[in-house]
Amino acid sequence: MALVQLTISALPAHVRTARLMATAVARRAGIAESALDEIRLAVGEACSRAVEAHRLHCPSQPIQLDLIDGGGPRGAAAAPAGPTRAPHNGHRGHRFEVVVLDRAPAKEPAPDLGDPVVHGDVRLGDEPTPPGGISGLSPDVGLAVILGLADEVSIEPHEDGTVVRMSWPLERTDPEADSELVG
Amino acid sequence: MDLKLDHHTQDDTEIVVVEGEIDVYTAPRLRELLIDLVNKGNFHLVVNMEKVEFLDSTGLGVLVGGLKRVRAHDGTLDLVCTQERILKIFRITGLTKVFGIYESVQDAIDKRKSK
Repeated sequence: MALVQLTISALPAHVRTARLMATAVARRAGIAESALDEIRLAVGEACSRAVEAHRLHCPSQPIQLDLIDGGGPRGAAAAPAGPTRAPHNGHRGHRFEVVVLDRAPAKEPAPDLGDPVVHGDVRLGDEPTPPGGISGLSPDVGLAVILGLADEVSIEPHEDGTVVRMSWPLERTDPEADSELVG
Repeated sequence: MDLKLDHHTQDDTEIVVVEGEIDVYTAPRLRELLIDLVNKGNFHLVVNMEKVEFLDSTGLGVLVGGLKRVRAHDGTLDLVCTQERILKIFRITGLTKVFGIYESVQDAIDKRKSK
């Protein structure tokens, strides 16, 4: 396993930085080119959500992003520090995983992962402007987008905030190929 | 790249040309432009997204907000987009049923005028 860890301040400008970093690490890990756009968008959604939550509740606290290449050489990095990791829904090897950890109070109840997608009859008459006030959609739409894009997703509260965990399968079968790839 | 915004009038329709990335950082600028255009009496808008490189749910929210505003004046807000990676987020969220999405600005204008 190889790990890249990024900590950002709760500023919208840094969401782009997180997207770029995630895409670069995913490409290096061997993610299929066709999935890179999905990762970029899903990571952007998770980080946007975290930034908005921090700006409302704890603007001085940083947001942590773990980019985990599960197909990399074993022992290349220690397990990510931080809160207790929730059980993963699938096997951890040979996947590219992104974990976004925020420290804003988790919303209760947790988002319904079953069917949160906005449908054709979007209600335009009662603009549910979220914290930050720039969207005409519910903030949960971002979570719906993540659910639609990531191969595996878990969104779980922890003692300090929320952990959004997303992963995609790696095509690469030879971990040693890692050493051939640069920046 | 950052966000570039431009607009011009064509066939009684205000065409908003968007280039770059629409996300939580840049979306407020697009929102301000749409509000400004509506406040100045432009109720038929076409947002040309052919040069948009990235769009997230924040950007979708701004477009939905703009649609709501023009509909309050019996107006329209249509989109021009042929990029699959941008269209994907509209499909995931079901918004393909909310917006008219066309392959060219002229198509969008012609469709509106034929209604």
